[in-house]
Amino acid sequence: MARTIAEINEKIKEGKAVVFTAEEIIDVAREKGIKKAAQEVDVVTTGTFGIMCSSGAYFNIGHSRPRLKLGGGRAYLNDVPAYTGLAAADLFLGANALPDDDPRNRIHPGEFNYGGGHVIEELVAGKDVRLIAAAFGTDCYPRKRLETLLNIKDLNEAVLFNIRNAYQNYNVAVNLSDKTIYTYMGVLKPNMGNANYSSAGQLSPLFNDPYYRTIGIGTKIFLGGGIGFVAWQGTQHNPGVPRTEKGVPKEGAGTLAVIGDLKQMNPRWLVGASVLGYGCSLTVGIGVPIPILSEEILEYTTVTDADILAPVIDYSDVFPNLKPDTLGEVSYAELKSGKIRVKGKDVPTASRSSYPRAVEIAATLKEWIQKGKFTLTESVQSLPGAESGVGVKPLNERPFEY
Amino acid sequence: MAVSKRIVLRFPRRLVERPIVYRLVKDYDLEFNILKASITPEQEGLLILELKGNQKEYDKGINFLIKAGVKIQSLSQDVTRNEERCTNCGACVTVCPTGAFRVDPKTREVLFDNEKCIACGLCIPACPPRAMEVHF
Repeated sequence: MARTIAEINEKIKEGKAVVFTAEEIIDVAREKGIKKAAQEVDVVTTGTFGIMCSSGAYFNIGHSRPRLKLGGGRAYLNDVPAYTGLAAADLFLGANALPDDDPRNRIHPGEFNYGGGHVIEELVAGKDVRLIAAAFGTDCYPRKRLETLLNIKDLNEAVLFNIRNAYQNYNVAVNLSDKTIYTYMGVLKPNMGNANYSSAGQLSPLFNDPYYRTIGIGTKIFLGGGIGFVAWQGTQHNPGVPRTEKGVPKEGAGTLAVIGDLKQMNPRWLVGASVLGYGCSLTVGIGVPIPILSEEILEYTTVTDADILAPVIDYSDVFPNLKPDTLGEVSYAELKSGKIRVKGKDVPTASRSSYPRAVEIAATLKEWIQKGKFTLTESVQSLPGAESGVGVKPLNERPFEY
Repeated sequence: MAVSKRIVLRFPRRLVERPIVYRLVKDYDLEFNILKASITPEQEGLLILELKGNQKEYDKGINFLIKAGVKIQSLSQDVTRNEERCTNCGACVTVCPTGAFRVDPKTREVLFDNEKCIACGLCIPACPPRAMEVHF
């Protein structure tokens, strides 16, 4: 069998596309077999909903009268600093940005109650946000100070642009030290008191297309409750890691950079996050449709939690010091059982990403496609693959003389 | 019949220096376990107790507390989850020392059993969307 995206889109427009979520397809393929399932199914939908730190948004606020040049000046949205290294009316806000007066970790662990991710959530929710900007003044942009409320509906552009999301696999975090540590993987109790993981496993987008056969630059996706696109491979895209026989990466591998109009997104799917002792971030909902163009592609989508392995990493020493050691591998099926066995000890597990929300995203995308509201795109360029040589290097520090 | 309940007691300033809990033990034969105790700057006392004993004596003890001017509330009314904020991620599950959070193995939703909650507050800053709330 061979099917094209154009053919699938015809079926979508007629309301006849056969769509299953990446969870449902497992049983469908078990019942019908890969061959028959591939003949019958047009699209498999995936989903993930987790804290994705390399997220942010850019805005064009419109020119004030008289004009003010944000570029090279300073700007704050609800006291959270935004990046002003762009032109006169453009701002970029990162999810991790913190107010200047946030105490951070001065009293450890800091609470990080409000930051860039929360500003993005409030904007998406339609709430007014306070802009305070200072500029140096030029002949053409004379104004030096601006204080105003902003609302997303009045902005010329409000675009979510996340440079690294939807990690294909991730570490399982434990703490081998004798004191509690506060990490981006959550609170980790001493002496391996708990283990935290962060992937939707069998529902996660890149696990269902492990070699990026269909997901590429230009792929239309569910992003933050609206529609977005894959803009590029994400930063730290690392496709060359060891894989299982079925092609599933055994550690953090591919990533996506995604983009979409923030104005059509929804705060249910972009939630400001406070990570105790670590910082602020944004929880992002992403769903990617996978067109079933061949039996091979369908077979990839039948990946189960039992097929996916993740490395167990110590976050008290190994992670902070960039050491290579792992404490072994566990499957997502084991992780979801509530406990894993590491070094002969039963360790209770907890997820950092929401599986129920991932299910909801995959189901929503399925419904959009079934109702003809969402058609698929052909990617304009593939992501660098396992054999591309693209990878992640540590920083090679080179001291310089003063 | 034996009974065991977790309750929040609020003492007005005039009662802070009286041995109220002692009376619960001596006069009503109730067993207590202090889960939390504090006195606010306005000198109002807050005490969270697990109180055990015979139902009849328990009721009498509670009656005594009310008559003495102590405000009583069930603990489960004070620790709540904001269902709008909760994303069912699971970050709270292993943070809770009493196992008040449980993942439904089928739906993977995080279930909160406030009967098991001792109001320690550990889940509150550990919850990324800040869905857990304690109202003292």
